[in-house]
Amino acid sequence: MVDAPDVQPHEPAARYTDSAGKYLVIYLCILILAALQFVIAYTHVGTEGMFARMLLVAIAEAGLALMFFMHLWAEKRGFLLFVLIITIFVLLAMQYGWTDSNRMNTGAPFSQPNSGVVSP
Amino acid sequence: MSQVDLTMEGHAPGLVTGIPPFSVPAKKMAIWLFIIADAATFAGCLVAYGFLRNGTPDWPRPFHSIVNVAIMTFVLLTSSLTMLLGVRAAKAGDKVGAFRWTMITAVGGILFALLHIREWLALIGEGMTMFHNPWGTGLFGASFFSITGLHLLHVTGGVIALLAVGIRYMGGRYNADDLEVTGLYWHFVDLVWMFVVPFVYLLNLGR
Repeated sequence: MVDAPDVQPHEPAARYTDSAGKYLVIYLCILILAALQFVIAYTHVGTEGMFARMLLVAIAEAGLALMFFMHLWAEKRGFLLFVLIITIFVLLAMQYGWTDSNRMNTGAPFSQPNSGVVSP
Repeated sequence: MSQVDLTMEGHAPGLVTGIPPFSVPAKKMAIWLFIIADAATFAGCLVAYGFLRNGTPDWPRPFHSIVNVAIMTFVLLTSSLTMLLGVRAAKAGDKVGAFRWTMITAVGGILFALLHIREWLALIGEGMTMFHNPWGTGLFGASFFSITGLHLLHVTGGVIALLAVGIRYMGGRYNADDLEVTGLYWHFVDLVWMFVVPFVYLLNLGR
């Protein structure tokens, strides 16, 4: 058995040395984006258009929270890519069901039109 | 590198150097892996909800006021800021400040949970259950209570973690890194809410 070499202390990539003012600015940006979602809810657009707008705003909010509140931006780029690539891949892989959902909505070929019930 | 370098006697370089992958400590890496897995869980729930909503014609729109959910959002977002200030204070060695901000964060979490429960009780009072409601398909109650319930469970777990870690940090058993790991979880709970609000509440706003 070989002894492990001395463990060298290392500095973590994200050090939480940002000013409180910077955190406050990010917080206000997220708060404004959250308010924007409520404004969008009262605009006269269709459900699909509203969904797309809200999704974009939510992604922007989540991006700010991930990068600055969770300090992903201050981590090593390799770790940033590791988290983002896995997460985005999983999220994209979940989109396979939409074709079936739309099939139920339009009623073809094996479902009752607009009832959401699949025929035997 | 020869074969002998890869045996237990001669570890491959990097295996025993003590430097963690990406310079991220083990606890932090563990919470990030949990966050990725949990993000997949919530995404699965939201995609399934979208699937049902898209494929069901008589989907109800029972929400007539955004006041409660707006207050809940404000409370949760603000608690993320106080958590951030707590971790920052801990990293700077300000133990009392870190403990105070962490407890304020926990209070924010408790307030959010109470507002959430109040909203649930109001909906239940209007006749909504997991499988029935007066407005349309019963699938709405199932998906609403499942998604918001899962989030509320995370908030409850987060509050317990904040209290436990905060008290133990103050007692000297935990350090700033432990507070940072708890903070990452709390920010994630906040992040999930950013998607729950528009899709579960605002898209179902009655007109």
